[in-house]
Amino acid sequence: MMQPSATDALFDALGDGTRRAILEQLRAGPLPVVEITRRLPVGRPAVSQHLKVLKEAGLVSAQQDGTRRRYQLDPAGITAVRAWLDGLWGQALDAYKTAVEQDRVS
Amino acid sequence: MINTTPVRKSITVDADQKRAFDFFTARHATWWPSTYHIGSSDYEAAVIEPFAGGRWFERGVDGAEADWGKVLVWEPPERLVLAWQITPDFQFDPELVTEIEVRFEPIGPNQTRVDLEHRYFDRFGERAAEMRAIFDSGGVPGAPQGWAGILREFAAAVTHPRAR
Repeated sequence: MMQPSATDALFDALGDGTRRAILEQLRAGPLPVVEITRRLPVGRPAVSQHLKVLKEAGLVSAQQDGTRRRYQLDPAGITAVRAWLDGLWGQALDAYKTAVEQDRVS
Repeated sequence: MINTTPVRKSITVDADQKRAFDFFTARHATWWPSTYHIGSSDYEAAVIEPFAGGRWFERGVDGAEADWGKVLVWEPPERLVLAWQITPDFQFDPELVTEIEVRFEPIGPNQTRVDLEHRYFDRFGERAAEMRAIFDSGGVPGAPQGWAGILREFAAAVTHPRAR
């Protein structure tokens, strides 16, 4: 099992209700931090911290808009599809091992 | 930062090299997780045609076939390279080619290590605009899983880890 770190970062990022709520808010389009904060029952420092985690996991990106930074869902979303395929291949190879070894016994 | 490094997985099976290769290819349908399919009808079987240039596709219970990709390299019993040509919105796209290389290495009289590498994720990025549209819409009607579905799946897996 190589390359665990990126998948771990993604799972960690998604393993928090507030962070999932932030992603939900961003699905409609980019938002500045102040607007994200206004929609959630947590303070701005907490939102900033969550955004940092989401950014490191490759789920959101930031862009400067005048004096404000706006956050958006990672437009390519490659990280998510990569993690999805990581899960797919892990599951597929486990099933393959089980099948080939059971076949030998039967 | 966007991570486009290959997905790499290894597994060791109690089978000799030839059997490991044959089972992976000729009996693909017996082990492929049936929930992973793109056809509109229920999944019946997945098929890897046994030659370079062969098709890699699924067949539904109604007999309809849906392409997943093709065989790029066919070197039994050592090596197999498949093209994965499914976009993140679960459509076959002949223009998209990501690669899956599978190597079968004998490590004992009846043991084979299978190394799988799925690479060239940056090629998904060339479709960024379309993917963004899917992300925004929360998924494509009829597709097994849009982006929102993927995120929900991850979230559910994290929140309710499967006991096993």
